[in-house]
Amino acid sequence: MLGPGVAWYLGVAAFLFGIGALGVLLRRNVLIVLLSLEIMLNGANLALIGFSRHAHNGAGQIFALAVMAVAAAEVCVGLGLVVAIHRRNLDLDVDKLSELRG
Amino acid sequence: MLVAASAGNVLVWIVWIGAAFACLASAVGVVTFGNPFYSALALIGNLGSLAVLYLLVSAEFVAAAQVMVYAGAVMVMFLFVIAYIGPRQETPWAGGPSWPTLGAVLAAAAIFLEIIVVVALKAGGKLSHSEHVNATFGSPGWVGRLFLTDHLLAFEITSIVLLVAAVGGVILGAHAHRLEASAAKPPTPGRRPAPSAPRREQPTEEASA
Repeated sequence: MLGPGVAWYLGVAAFLFGIGALGVLLRRNVLIVLLSLEIMLNGANLALIGFSRHAHNGAGQIFALAVMAVAAAEVCVGLGLVVAIHRRNLDLDVDKLSELRG
Repeated sequence: MLVAASAGNVLVWIVWIGAAFACLASAVGVVTFGNPFYSALALIGNLGSLAVLYLLVSAEFVAAAQVMVYAGAVMVMFLFVIAYIGPRQETPWAGGPSWPTLGAVLAAAAIFLEIIVVVALKAGGKLSHSEHVNATFGSPGWVGRLFLTDHLLAFEITSIVLLVAAVGGVILGAHAHRLEASAAKPPTPGRRPAPSAPRREQPTEEASA
């Protein structure tokens, strides 16, 4: 076997997902929350790629590419929201943007 | 022959450990940096080292798409927006172990442990890819053939998702522009030379408020 097995990839993917979740929960700047969300998506992507190699199946790579497209769409809408919030002179703080709280 | 194979194996391990370390370190940097600009730059490093990890499992096309789509397009858009918004007064770290901070750390640790436990229970002992793959695995032609034969529906749905997101971004931008125009017009009808004028006044307003 050449190089590390898929278990190592899954470990790194779990670490990435955990770090991203920590950033989403801990940080209050909207931009950094979006960046942490990208880290979580990339952790899931790494697990998909590792399993694709493990199972010799291309569906994992196709799924990873679809995740990339969805992440691009999410960034498009999220940054549009950030710019809209900024233009209304609101604070870019997820704790202060609580007008929709029920 | 055996010596050459083991030397290649050691090299792959070294590259893998370097890329994984860079990946995790830059992810920690994204979460801990105070300035969003530095966070975005750290995320570019994270995506680059992830592309190296993808190459090591011979997912060549996904690695190339990762660099082009993420590090190329998405991060440029992030950096544009960060530069447009400018240096915000960053709300500093919560300052000590407050309850929300503690809860966030506990929830993230719970998610991490859950992933590890589920993977270890479900697939422990079966996770080693010993066989070699054929040369076309992960190549662009192979991925394109899969996209246009087995996964055609996912391909088309992806295009629709991207179209809807683009329309949504345009609508959000136009709506914000209309709001800004209606908010800026009634008090000072004559004194509005450029659309960027209200944005300039914003820090002083926030400082006074």
